[in-house]
Amino acid sequence: MSDNFQLERERSSLSSFPDSKSLFSKLKSGLLPYAFLTPTLIVVTLFFFIPLVMVFILSFTNLDMTNFGILKWWQPANWTLDNYVKIFTNRFFPRILNNTLMYVSMTLIFFNVGMALVIALITTNINRRVGFTFRLIWLMCRLTPVVVYIMMWKALAGPAPMGVINKHILGPLGIGTGEYLLNTNPWLFIILVNGFIGASFGMIIFSSAIEAIPKDYMIASKVDGASTWQTIRYITIPMIRWPLLFVTTYQTLSLLTSFEQILLLTNGGPGLYETEVWSLTAYHRAFSSYFGNTQWGYGSAWAVVLVIIGIVMAIVYLRVFKFNELIQEPKIDQL
Amino acid sequence: MVLNKFRLNLKSILAYGALIAFSMPIFLVFLWLVITTFSTRTEGLESLGWTLSNWSFLWKSPFGPKFQSIWIVTLNTFILATVMTTIVVFVSAMSAYALSRMKFAGRKGFLSATLILHAFPSVTLLIPIYFVLRWITKVPIIGQGLPLIGGFGFNTIGGVALVMVAFQLPFGIWIMKGFFDNISWDMERSALIDGASRFQVWWKILMPNIKPGIAALSIFAFISAWNAYIIPFTFTVGRAGKSTVLSVYIQNFMSESVMTEWNMVAAVGLFQLIPVLIFFFFTQEALLNIYGGGAKGGA
Repeated sequence: MSDNFQLERERSSLSSFPDSKSLFSKLKSGLLPYAFLTPTLIVVTLFFFIPLVMVFILSFTNLDMTNFGILKWWQPANWTLDNYVKIFTNRFFPRILNNTLMYVSMTLIFFNVGMALVIALITTNINRRVGFTFRLIWLMCRLTPVVVYIMMWKALAGPAPMGVINKHILGPLGIGTGEYLLNTNPWLFIILVNGFIGASFGMIIFSSAIEAIPKDYMIASKVDGASTWQTIRYITIPMIRWPLLFVTTYQTLSLLTSFEQILLLTNGGPGLYETEVWSLTAYHRAFSSYFGNTQWGYGSAWAVVLVIIGIVMAIVYLRVFKFNELIQEPKIDQL
Repeated sequence: MVLNKFRLNLKSILAYGALIAFSMPIFLVFLWLVITTFSTRTEGLESLGWTLSNWSFLWKSPFGPKFQSIWIVTLNTFILATVMTTIVVFVSAMSAYALSRMKFAGRKGFLSATLILHAFPSVTLLIPIYFVLRWITKVPIIGQGLPLIGGFGFNTIGGVALVMVAFQLPFGIWIMKGFFDNISWDMERSALIDGASRFQVWWKILMPNIKPGIAALSIFAFISAWNAYIIPFTFTVGRAGKSTVLSVYIQNFMSESVMTEWNMVAAVGLFQLIPVLIFFFFTQEALLNIYGGGAKGGA
């Protein structure tokens, strides 16, 4: 009994050893991690969390330039579902939805995944130095200031005799009448312009995944007499299926919300809503309505639909790609 | 054997051919840009006369005396990119250190939030951010009374920089955490035993050891701030206002009218592209790696 007591005492004195620090220093070291996180917390709260809550609230109001400062948008009494009704009864809703689906799927299939895979496969199968150079050339599109990049594509599409394609390709072949190609084929150019930027992301991820495949597999398939195509089909593609899935989902989301290039290239034209996509509509309603009346509430409602898709997909990433495994406990903690 | 070798050649010719064909538009657009800036007029890729006059914007205001000199706009862009890069690097390094090396309540939630924000399409929040910036404007001094950056409110360089910092942070924290995770903690522990504080350890021991990470993130952040269009365009006012950056400046004169001076606009565009090209040539490896690194978690 007394032995036990002794042991108990020793144990408690041992465990209380690190506690010999003052309460103040304990509090200080407990709060230290949060001190390191404070700047991030401020910025993220100001520009993510508050806006996230606000975009939902705004979408239930009819806040615009005419009643700004008058309408108490934060009071639930002023909230309605009118904006959502307005979206779905909009005369151009089917066209905008159709445009969005076409834009995302075509760019994704042909470039962000398709072309990215083709370029990654070719550049990893040829001379290393040359392959690296071509990957850099493709990365160049992403690194060029978007305004300059769009200007260059507009010049490519320009009417004869100024436009490069009209002057050097279509003209000599006798195709077309030398019109401004952005007016005759706006969608082709939107997909090309976005695709050449988008392809580089997948290309880099695919090529590093392909280079990480153990060489033994390739040699084994070659020994077994597989053709290059068979090696790609039965070895490379199955080995990079996770990067493939990752790029597909990630790029779907980023295409769905990107409108910068379309805004600069066609601004939704040339016809009425001909190339207007969902995210561009949200932007137009909220920031540059043609009638000089910026409808922040209505624009928010368009954005909220994308926000919900974004949140759902982000959570899917966490689950599907096992991001949770990356959140292991830190090695060093207190001393 | 001969046949085999021939087939191999055919295959690589096909591969190179396809690669060059696919990349053709890229060569064409850049070729056009360079030719146009040095021409009086162009038809396609054909110059109708060579000149250097398109570069006169370097010493006189390109679009008439009532608009700002290009150097002020360039300075604005440079300040924006520098401020944004500095904040992103320091703030994400601090948070990444805490996430990589400390145990605290809410760590898991914080990391998941970082990852969700990394995948979250932040452009969808532009509308409420507009209101947040207008609120910040009302704060005395910080709002719009600071020298050089103008403040952190609406229509200031600091405000635009801060919004871009928020969009860039999840990515930055993610990259930086990866670099901190890779450093052995023996060094850090011995410094702690010698009586250094955590802050000193972070600043004096760890930061010098992740220079490659800092460099990679800085290049990436600087280029994306230098190129940015939609955020400066949305959150500043006026085609050549006090906070105008190069992208907005060029775009405004492009959509102006039919009388656009394409050759001069192209020259200004190439002028904006030059710093990116310089970065590009000296940091190729880092650039190709950071994109892979950013998605390593998923891939």
